[in-house]
Amino acid sequence: MSADLTRLSAAALADALTSGEASSVEATQAHLDRIAAVDGAVHAFLHVSSQKALATAADVDARRSAGEELHPLAGVPIAVKDVVVTQGLPTTAGSKILEGWVPPYDATLVEKIKAAGLPILGKTNMDEFAMGSSTEHSAYGNTHNPWDLDRIPGGSGGGSAAAVAAYEAPLAIGTDTGGSIRQPAAVTGTVGVKPTYGGVSRYGLIALASSLDQAGPVTRTVLDSALLHELIGGHDPRDSTSINEPLPDLVGAARLGANGDLTGVRVGVITELQGEGYQAGVQARFDESLELLRSAGAEIVEVSCPHFTYALAAYYLILPAEASSNLAKFDGMRFGLRVIPEDNPTAERVMSATRGQGFGDEVKRRIILGTYALSAGYYDAYYGSAQKVRTLIQRDFSAAFEKADVLVSPTAPTTAFKLGEKLDDPLAMYLNDVATIPANLAGVPGLSLPSGLSDDGLPVGFQVLAPAKADDRLYRVGAALEALLENEWGGPLLGRAPELETR
Amino acid sequence: MSSLSRDEVARVAGLARIDLTPAELDRLAGELDVIVESVARVSEIATPDVPATSHPLPLSNVFRTDVPVATVDRDAVLASAPAAQDGKFLVPQILGEDS
Repeated sequence: MSADLTRLSAAALADALTSGEASSVEATQAHLDRIAAVDGAVHAFLHVSSQKALATAADVDARRSAGEELHPLAGVPIAVKDVVVTQGLPTTAGSKILEGWVPPYDATLVEKIKAAGLPILGKTNMDEFAMGSSTEHSAYGNTHNPWDLDRIPGGSGGGSAAAVAAYEAPLAIGTDTGGSIRQPAAVTGTVGVKPTYGGVSRYGLIALASSLDQAGPVTRTVLDSALLHELIGGHDPRDSTSINEPLPDLVGAARLGANGDLTGVRVGVITELQGEGYQAGVQARFDESLELLRSAGAEIVEVSCPHFTYALAAYYLILPAEASSNLAKFDGMRFGLRVIPEDNPTAERVMSATRGQGFGDEVKRRIILGTYALSAGYYDAYYGSAQKVRTLIQRDFSAAFEKADVLVSPTAPTTAFKLGEKLDDPLAMYLNDVATIPANLAGVPGLSLPSGLSDDGLPVGFQVLAPAKADDRLYRVGAALEALLENEWGGPLLGRAPELETR
Repeated sequence: MSSLSRDEVARVAGLARIDLTPAELDRLAGELDVIVESVARVSEIATPDVPATSHPLPLSNVFRTDVPVATVDRDAVLASAPAAQDGKFLVPQILGEDS
């Protein structure tokens, strides 16, 4: 049954493990075999950890046969984005400056994964330091979209999304600073969730923009995301921005939603995040999903968020400003690369040479932009103004959530574009995140799920946004729409992806 | 608002401690100028009556109880350092010859 194990959802695989139908060693080996067969073409992984994953699996199997009470996901393999530190596993954040670095500690979310007994298959590819929307800014080569290997898998978490879409892992961890979980989910036909800011500990994430970063689940089903979100979420004393409250009942909300009844739920369509700039097929699938929600009893209302049109501009000041500060630690002194220029240089020259050689183009662009935005004489005009826009966007959300329980939009304005197509035009690349960025600026949670194929035969994402700390609403509405769509399609959208060649 | 000249990019790259080749400077100056011009529109709506937000959710100071906890193992940290000696990070000279 080993070939089938990779096609199961995490929830179904967990059931098979619990009932004794399959072992974790079999499941883990099946995924490692799948990685060996397709990852040469997909390149979702930067590092595969076969031996440790199998050792964890064997341990879980032994504990299960001894009758030990285990976490529901125990033995279900998982992939982790390479921006999350993992003790004993190389962690590069997609950068040459961290090549070969092996962290001496685990991120809190990794501790939770290990404690629950999920075998870690490996680390997934990403744009360098999570800066990008296509994974083309990785220093270790492109990840290819399993739907069409000539196209981008989204970014920055293209590796995690592609791994899940290509059945190389049933679960993966992503991080979302401006859409890096949701946009890859949209273009690969998978599910991704950015929790409420503070809902999942940031301890052990290599920080990009500390006031925007949030880790979350990358999966093939809404229920699987809820299961993984409950595992990694919750308060962590080591992250002072972590929310000191219990998570809502996310799995319960997903199960409730799956019955397809949304009677009384108010769904707000954001005027500014549709229409012009959105590919016709993307808009069409979005409109069809709205009709399905309406047929399930939801009340559809139109809401305006007038300041969202400034979100992209504010984001590309706040993110570079925070990143320029966070990435100052890559100075060639304590970890990672050290480049020593000739003639007995000082530490300062070593630092400049190391960063000049170790950082890629996009990282240099954003650090310089952030340093400029924070520099004397420009601070008020750029960074100060961006922080005010952030207030206005939060007010837009507050007003919109007075009229609606959830807000919805297409996740990304287009389907997956060709590798290389936008690499020379940074602004065009930034526009991919136009619909996902507002949630990060306001700290509210967001989910993307597949809503069909566009005219070009590529997957389209549907985004659901909820008020802060109401992540359960994402899962109820997401699971309902997923059930309604799969009922129409006769199965999951990923079932329509072309089979990858195996070797 | 001012545009971003090649000299200005060189100055800011110096502040950010990033060595750039002349070719990189040429390219970055052009790209950053376009980006800065685009993001500068935030000032259109950032009027004096709007307060700034630095953080998505309201937070007050967060403290933990003052008890010792285990630290990360020193040898494990130094094992991944570019250079180490006597249980410490080994770094290049901090000051120049003339200082």
